[in-house]
Amino acid sequence: MGIEVRGVTKRFGSFVALDDVSLQVASGELVALLGPSGSGKTTLLRIIAGLDHGDAGSVLLAGEDATARSARDRGVGFVFQHYALFRHMTVFENVAFGLRVRPRAMRPSDADITRRVTELLELVQLDYLGARRPTELSGGQRQRVALARALAVEPKVLLLDEPFGALDAKVRLELRQWLRRLHDEIHLTSVFVTHDQEEALELADRVAIMNHGRIEQDGSPDAVMEQPATPFVAAFLGSVNIFHGRLEGGAIRVELAASEIERMNLKAGDTLYVKPRKVAGR
Amino acid sequence: MAGNASRLRTHRPPRRRLTEPAAVRWTLTAIALVFVGLFLVLPLASVFIEAFSRGLGAYRSAITEPDALAALRLTFTAAAFAVPANLVFGVCAGWAIGKFRFRGRGLLITLIDLPFAVSPVISGMVFVLLFGRQGVLGPWMVEHDLRVVFAVPGIILATIFVSFPFVAREIIPIMEATGTEEEEAARVLGAGGLQTFFRVTLPNVKWGVLYGVILANARAMGEFGAVSVVSGHIRGETNTLPLHVEILYNEYNFQAAFAVASLLALLALVTLVIKTIVERRAAITESPGDPVESSEWVSKSAA
Repeated sequence: MGIEVRGVTKRFGSFVALDDVSLQVASGELVALLGPSGSGKTTLLRIIAGLDHGDAGSVLLAGEDATARSARDRGVGFVFQHYALFRHMTVFENVAFGLRVRPRAMRPSDADITRRVTELLELVQLDYLGARRPTELSGGQRQRVALARALAVEPKVLLLDEPFGALDAKVRLELRQWLRRLHDEIHLTSVFVTHDQEEALELADRVAIMNHGRIEQDGSPDAVMEQPATPFVAAFLGSVNIFHGRLEGGAIRVELAASEIERMNLKAGDTLYVKPRKVAGR
Repeated sequence: MAGNASRLRTHRPPRRRLTEPAAVRWTLTAIALVFVGLFLVLPLASVFIEAFSRGLGAYRSAITEPDALAALRLTFTAAAFAVPANLVFGVCAGWAIGKFRFRGRGLLITLIDLPFAVSPVISGMVFVLLFGRQGVLGPWMVEHDLRVVFAVPGIILATIFVSFPFVAREIIPIMEATGTEEEEAARVLGAGGLQTFFRVTLPNVKWGVLYGVILANARAMGEFGAVSVVSGHIRGETNTLPLHVEILYNEYNFQAAFAVASLLALLALVTLVIKTIVERRAAITESPGDPVESSEWVSKSAA
């Protein structure tokens, strides 16, 4: 199921959080909303989920206008930045919650719920922790419980708000790769918010870079890296090393200041290495 | 500077032990103990000593005398109305104030505090001015043969009024601290408003609710000022336990007064015990365990 956001604007008082934002996510795609804090990416995600409502514009899910539908009826899975696990329930009950609150006619039997929850806990490799409470888990484990809980209701869209933000670097990297594998397995249309460019470029099929409530550029990781559409995108995606040189007879002669040669202790015949992966000219 | 350097050279412990000289410690402890003894233990003990001063028989007859029993019954009746009213109102108000931002929220918080701010005697007076014979609603009440002031309904109203803020005050901070993320999560997972409230919001504040109920009950049973104004002190009819104590005392029936007072003191002690138990249980269930950042699952997933 695809997502389409059309001309959404959201103001908080005089602050414009989203300024006429449009975004399309194809079915099965994994899209990153990347930007600095305050750029409106979380607001956009919450509006897609129905947790916030735009002042203008519309949200379409699977081609149907869902703007007026409440979060309850949108069929989305949402993973909160700080997990928002129900602290008084066990891990098992957290995952079962979405099934237990269904209207009686649609509610699975207890045996079915147990089976489904067990499956999901196996999927996130936490089936041995079902009886624990969220406070007894590590950050990475909580994150995976939050994911299992969101998947329990079989959402058509998965939305993740800074899914790895609160984890330490090592766990973050591993969880990231795991999430990518999971997505490749179940092909659930997913949007995640991050301020970490590396995370966005590594994980996503497509990256939408946001700044001041607008999408500055929207494209594949390669496209945004190689052809930044705006100075903001170029600057945000990484520090740029600038070499000034002169074009002479088809070759560019780059001059290195004497102080730099001295600093690196260069001698005639030495080779100079420049680390960044791409060189671009302008 | 020189002194500093020399101290660094000699390998003294880096800082002095964080304690005062023995004399200071003993003096402070003694002052605290004398204070506690004089103002807490002595009065409480004297209540029981005086109550039993004429033996067990006199004690029993003082608390089983019909007027005392009627007062006991009325006290329980008032609390039986005030506490549930408090519970319902407190949870509703706490929920609205703790979880939502709306116009008039600040005013509502101030209004909830009003019964704490106003002297209980004045709260009693308000009911007399409202429902009394000369009051605003007086003529209408007489016409319909309704009695509030100097009758049981007035006592219940006054009791509800003075114990009003307890539950709400207890749970507002908890509601605010837990935030709204869990409710949002419940909503996205398909829970309706009532389901979210009873399955997520209420369980998170249940200890606060219980604690507020205990305090409200203590206040409802012990209230004197407001109830005194609206009661009219009709023996066996509109006397609560605290009022009954006062009457006995004014009649120089000290032993009986203290015997009835000992019932109230016992009530207070029971309340404190329950309160301590609740606090301990709440601390156990809500203590965050030791979240260990383990990467064990990673090795599992790699396998």
